[in-house]
Amino acid sequence: MDVLTLSRLQFAVTTVYHFFFVPITLGLSIAVAIMQTAYYRTGNESYKKMTKFWGKLFLINFAIGVVTGIVQEFQFGMNWSQYSRFMGDIFGAPLAIEALLAFFMESTFLGIWIFGWDRISKKLHLTAIWLVAIGSNLSAIWILAANSFMQQPVGYAVRNGRAEMTDFFALITNGHLWVQFPHVFFGAVATAGFLILSISAYHLVKNEKHDVFKKSFKFGAAYALFGSLLVILVGHTQAQYMIKVQPMKMAAAEALWETENPAAMSLFTFGDEANRKDIFAIKFSGGLSFLAYNKFEGEVKGINQLQKETEEKFGPGDYVPPVAISYWTFRIMVGAGFLMLLIAALSLLKAYKQNYEFKPITYKIVFWSMLLPVIANSTGWLFTEIARQPWTVFGLFTTANSVSNTVSAGEVLFSLIAYTAIYAVLMVIMISLMKKFAVRSVNEIEIEDHEAVEDNILSKA
Amino acid sequence: MDLNIIWFILITVLFIGFFFLEGFDYGVGILLPFIGKEDRERRAIINSIGTFWDGNEVWMLTAGGAMFAAFPNWYATLFSGFYLALVVMLLALIARGVAFEYRSKKDDPVWRNRWDWVIFVGSFVPALLWGVAISNIIRGVPIDANMNYTGNFFTLLNPYSLVGGIASVLLFTLHGSIFLSLKLTDTLLDRARNVAGKLWLPATALLFVYVIFGYFDTDMFSKLGVNPGVIPILAGVAILSVGYLLKIKKEGWAFVMTGITIAFSTVTVFMGLFPRVMVSSTNNDFSLTIYNASSSPYTLQVMSIVALIFVPIVLAYQAWSYWIFRKRVSTKSKLEY
Repeated sequence: MDVLTLSRLQFAVTTVYHFFFVPITLGLSIAVAIMQTAYYRTGNESYKKMTKFWGKLFLINFAIGVVTGIVQEFQFGMNWSQYSRFMGDIFGAPLAIEALLAFFMESTFLGIWIFGWDRISKKLHLTAIWLVAIGSNLSAIWILAANSFMQQPVGYAVRNGRAEMTDFFALITNGHLWVQFPHVFFGAVATAGFLILSISAYHLVKNEKHDVFKKSFKFGAAYALFGSLLVILVGHTQAQYMIKVQPMKMAAAEALWETENPAAMSLFTFGDEANRKDIFAIKFSGGLSFLAYNKFEGEVKGINQLQKETEEKFGPGDYVPPVAISYWTFRIMVGAGFLMLLIAALSLLKAYKQNYEFKPITYKIVFWSMLLPVIANSTGWLFTEIARQPWTVFGLFTTANSVSNTVSAGEVLFSLIAYTAIYAVLMVIMISLMKKFAVRSVNEIEIEDHEAVEDNILSKA
Repeated sequence: MDLNIIWFILITVLFIGFFFLEGFDYGVGILLPFIGKEDRERRAIINSIGTFWDGNEVWMLTAGGAMFAAFPNWYATLFSGFYLALVVMLLALIARGVAFEYRSKKDDPVWRNRWDWVIFVGSFVPALLWGVAISNIIRGVPIDANMNYTGNFFTLLNPYSLVGGIASVLLFTLHGSIFLSLKLTDTLLDRARNVAGKLWLPATALLFVYVIFGYFDTDMFSKLGVNPGVIPILAGVAILSVGYLLKIKKEGWAFVMTGITIAFSTVTVFMGLFPRVMVSSTNNDFSLTIYNASSSPYTLQVMSIVALIFVPIVLAYQAWSYWIFRKRVSTKSKLEY
């Protein structure tokens, strides 16, 4: 494999892996902060135990999110140095601001939160977790500002042989950012919601019908429903935005070869990508027009026409992203999203009826549903990055031009293997720890709490 | 003074913050298996930096981000050029960060002991490699007219950079042992003091070897002159005073002095570089400078405003976090990690 392919593969592996953990951090930080707020307001011990229980899982997840994030920040320079030179004037700024504004905040106040139990005032301690939650989510805004520029470049001019920033505010008011960030954010809320929901179901089934897990189940269901519903609604807005800004991406998502009016939505397409035609397809006529314009007519451009238009603009070349991958990742994401909506809604209904008995099949579905958002998050990112190809920055700079020209294929192969190996080991370790702390009974949280108090008395003596 | 110079200074400041703060917690990580004999002792040692290590590491991320934003060509050349070394460093940092969080989450001596050695290696490797990297930046590496690094991994391993790497390991370990003298109690305190006392001489000696070596192997001599000025001299005086301060058990002052040594050595290196940011050994004209490697004036302006507002805020809350957790940690304390 050549250096470009290897570098892309490495970017995919490290980024998808990093993004297993990021949504949990974003969503769970807020969830834990809400639980602790409930404890602070009511003094109800159940909320304290919830804070501690979910807080522990949050920390186990957070650590791995942080360390895999370091790779993210370094690899632009390491593997994509030509990209960094061409785009650094614009792309570096949000990354630096992310570190300065968000990383410092989340890491410092997380330290204060971990060590602050019974050491600092309750109010200050509560503030700390909220600052962690705000810091984490702020970091998402900045990195997505950078990514949005790659999808829809704004506020720049090409001069001195590179893209230079001309308007910082255009960068942060980029329309793409404000459909993308809510999508990522509500996806993260859903991810955390399902984690809470699934693990609570485990406890309710394993006969620990403790108030802590009833409350958690209800909270998880509501949180998951809120996230799933909004991620779908925002996703719809995002798709309509995409048709305007990146029509090729939408055409690839739908395997729409020719321009259609009204445009049909594909329910299932088995296609011949090389010859750009369907072999077998079930289509819902007018569906894509409806998705695009909220009415059953309206022109949606197809791949062939878009390819021609792009060639006229940028010269000869292949401007069609890998269609099959785009098509299926998009479908898996959307499918997972609707399943999430359904499961979350039924779970919340269950919680409202105070029905905490599960049939084996129901339990299985609810338990494994924690993987649905993970699948949706991963396929969503794969789609959004792959269907932008051959560009790194849409219409401005290609992926082939972005890769480091001084790093050899052998070196990238080495790092790819090394990252993959360490990430695999960490995944095994992380899951084993998550499991250990996820199956803890309320009793065990109490014992730990008690030990901590004893420790504290000892240290004061 | 133009914005390019201001950003050169700001990045120097970020590296000072990084080396000063991560310096001691790399040192603590390196000393962990040696000063802590049994589990509760090791936990106390980890907890002494438990609140801080993650925030300290962000100094490195911010320095990297600032390089990217203000001097994209520097970021691109350095990070792609030093590729394999950085991969090794990243692997170390990945393992290290996870180790702090995961080590005490299982009550299994084998598990914990393994993580302790991960912390050791994860701290030792970056401490070494940062010394190696900085030495190579100042010594010069092959860079062509298009700012591309033309050497390989082994180009980076030369006597000067290796001495620099070992010197930085020793200096950070000394800094860490003094930090532990300020944070621990009882037998652990005695051990930390003992280690600091033993480390001072080799660390100081190697640092001077490194400086002398630097006068022959880099162009620092011609740049700074026979009288290098007050900052490098103070860096030297500070490290010399540490031996005495440790003897009279003034660890607070000793910590300030190793801090000054780290800060002023960093300043000296950057002064030697200025206005270059990476020296080309191929041709001096190919060196990256704060002008040919920089972002546009507009981006520098935007970033200056952001930095002006947020750097003081970050400094304030981070200092405050050190203040609220200023108490010493003993094996009987409530331990989180």
